Amino acid sequence: MTAIRRFLPGWLSSYAVLYLLFLYLPVIFLPIFSINTAATPKFPLSGVTLHWYEDLPRTPALIDATWNSLIVGVSAAILSTVLGILAARSITRYRYPGRRPINGLIMAPLVLPEVIVAISMLLVMLQLGLSLSLFTVVLGHVLVCIPYSMTVLTSGFEGFDRSLEEASADLGESAFGTFRRVTLPMVAPAIISSLLVCFTISLDEFIIAFFLTGTEATLPIYIWGQLRFAAKLPGVLALGTLLLFASFLLMTVAEILRRRAARRTQNEGGLYA
Amino acid sequence: MLERIQSERTQPDRTMIEIRDVTRSYGAFKALDNASLSIREGEFFSLLGPSGCGKTTLLRMIAGFDTPTSGSIAVDGQPMDGIPANRRPTNMVFQSYAIFPHLNVEQNVAYGLRRLRLDAGEEKRRVEEALAQVSLTGLGKRRATELSGGQRQRVALARALVMRPKVLLLDEPLSALDKKLREQMQVELRRLQQAVGITFVLVTHDQYEALAMSDRIAVMFGGRIAQVASPKEIYQRPVNRQVADFLGGMNFVKAEIVEENGASLVLDTLGFGRVKTDKPKAFVRNGGNATLGIRPERLRVLWDNATAKFEVAGKVVERHYFGEITHLIVEIPGLEKPLSVTETNDFGADDIPVGTSIRLGYDPEALVAMAD
Repeated sequence: MTAIRRFLPGWLSSYAVLYLLFLYLPVIFLPIFSINTAATPKFPLSGVTLHWYEDLPRTPALIDATWNSLIVGVSAAILSTVLGILAARSITRYRYPGRRPINGLIMAPLVLPEVIVAISMLLVMLQLGLSLSLFTVVLGHVLVCIPYSMTVLTSGFEGFDRSLEEASADLGESAFGTFRRVTLPMVAPAIISSLLVCFTISLDEFIIAFFLTGTEATLPIYIWGQLRFAAKLPGVLALGTLLLFASFLLMTVAEILRRRAARRTQNEGGLYA
Repeated sequence: MLERIQSERTQPDRTMIEIRDVTRSYGAFKALDNASLSIREGEFFSLLGPSGCGKTTLLRMIAGFDTPTSGSIAVDGQPMDGIPANRRPTNMVFQSYAIFPHLNVEQNVAYGLRRLRLDAGEEKRRVEEALAQVSLTGLGKRRATELSGGQRQRVALARALVMRPKVLLLDEPLSALDKKLREQMQVELRRLQQAVGITFVLVTHDQYEALAMSDRIAVMFGGRIAQVASPKEIYQRPVNRQVADFLGGMNFVKAEIVEENGASLVLDTLGFGRVKTDKPKAFVRNGGNATLGIRPERLRVLWDNATAKFEVAGKVVERHYFGEITHLIVEIPGLEKPLSVTETNDFGADDIPVGTSIRLGYDPEALVAMAD
C-alpha cells in the first residue's frame, strides 16, 4: 500500500502530462506546419516562412468566406444572446412548474448529434420553403449557440440579489427603468461574454453551416473545400492557425467577463463585510 | 395612561398606517392571519416575533412588494390597493441593504432623486444633507464595494431618507452587524428617527432591539398579532405566556383563580401563596386556572437578616456566572419548577454555593397574571 501511495503522485502527474499532450499535440502541429516552406506537412521542416500567411489576404474566395462568417457569427451571437437573456432570466428569477424540464430542453442541442440536428433543420427549412442562404445558417447556429449563451448568462444572473431590483422600485423607478439602471449594468459583462462565446462557436461551426448554406461558404466550409487540393494545405494550416488563436483569445476574454459578472451579481451585503 | 402621555410628547394622535383585517395566504398556509393595526404618525413602531411569524410579510405589503389576499392597507389616509411599490410614499432599508454595487455612495443616495428631476444644485444639496444625517459626509465618492457593514447600512438609510418618505420601513436592519456596532446603531437610529420625525416601522426578531428603540411594539406569532403596546407594557404586562417567554426570561407558576372582578384577580399558588394582582386588559379566563409570572430580575436575594414584606424561601440548585450578573436556579418547596433568579454581582451572588438555603424578596407589583 505505502509503495503504491509513494508512486501514485508520480503516476498521476505523468498521466496528466500524457493526457494534455494527447489533447493539444495535434493542435500544436497546426502553427508549426503553417510556417513550413514545403507544402507537405512532414518533419523535419524544410525552412521557415510567413509566405502562406501573406497569401491569405490575396485570395478573393477567402475574403468572401470571412465576410460570410462574420455576418453569420455576429447575427447568431446577437440573436442567441437576446434569447438566452430571456430564458436565463426566467430560469433564475422565477419558480414555475416545468422550469427544470424546460431548462433541460434548451440545453439539449449540446448533446444531440450535430449531423442529425443539421439534417432535421434542413428538412424543416425546405418544408417551410426557405431557400438556403446565410440566414438559414444563422438560424441553425442560434440553435446550437443558445445552450452556451444560457450557461454563461445563468451563471451571471444566478445569485443576483433580488432586493437590488426591489430597492430600485422602492426608490420610485419603473420596471423598465430598473432594468436599464440596475439589471443591465450589473449583467453587462455576462452579456458581452455570451456574445463572444456564441460568435466563436458560430465562427468555428462546420456541420450545420455545411448543410444549411446555399452557395455562400463560411470559413470552415471554405477550409473543407480547399482540403481537396494538396498544394493548398499550407494556406489552410495558416488560416486554421489564425482561427485557432482568434477563438482562444475570444474565449479567454469571455471567461474573464463571465467571472466578473458572477462576482458582481453576488451582493456584497453586510453579512460578508 | 402612560401611553397617552408618550404620544402627546411626540406627535398628535394621527394615524399614518392603517392595516385592516389583512390576510396573506400561500395555498393553505396563512403567513398573515386577519391582522389589524394602526401606526401613528411620527412613531417608531416595531414588528417583533420569531422567524415565520409574518412580520416581514406585513412589512413587504406596506412597501408594495406583496399583496394582501384580503383586507386593506392605507398609508396617510390613502388606500394602497393596486398601487405599485414605486408609487408609494414609503421607502425601505433592506436586510441585505441592497446597495447598488456598480454605483458609488453618492450615486446610490441620489438614485431615487433622479426621477424627481431636481436641478443639479438641489440634488447635490439633498444628497449631502442625507449623508450628513447618517454621518457619512466626505465618503460620497467611495465605491459601494469599499464600505464596511456599518457604512453600507448608513448608505441604505441615507438613500431612503433622501426621498423624504412618509414612512421608513426597516427590515432587520441591524441583524448583520456585530453586537457592539448593533447597540451603537440602535441608539443612532432612535436619535435619527426623533430628529427627522418620520414614521419608522422596524421588523426585528431581537426583543432587546425592539424594547430599546420603539415607541410601541406589535408582538406576532404564527401570522397573528398577539399584543400591541409600549415596550414597558409588553415587557411587564405580557398578555400570554408566549409573549412573556419571547420577551426574555419569565418564571411561570401555576395558579388557581379564587376571585375575579373588574380590575383585579385573586390567585392561589403553591409557592407564592395567595396573591392579588391587576387583571390584564385582555384577560379571558379559561377554566379555573391561570398562570402567574415573575421576571427573574424581579426576585432578589435577601442577605443575612434582611427581610422583605413578600418573600419565598428555597435552595440554590444551580449557579451560572455571566460577568455582570449571576443566574441562580432556586428550588422552592411546593413549586413543580425551580425559579430563575438573576442577581447583579455587587453583593456576591456569584459566590453563593450550590445547596445554600436562601430567601428571595419580591414586589407584588412584579407578579403578572396570564390566562391559561
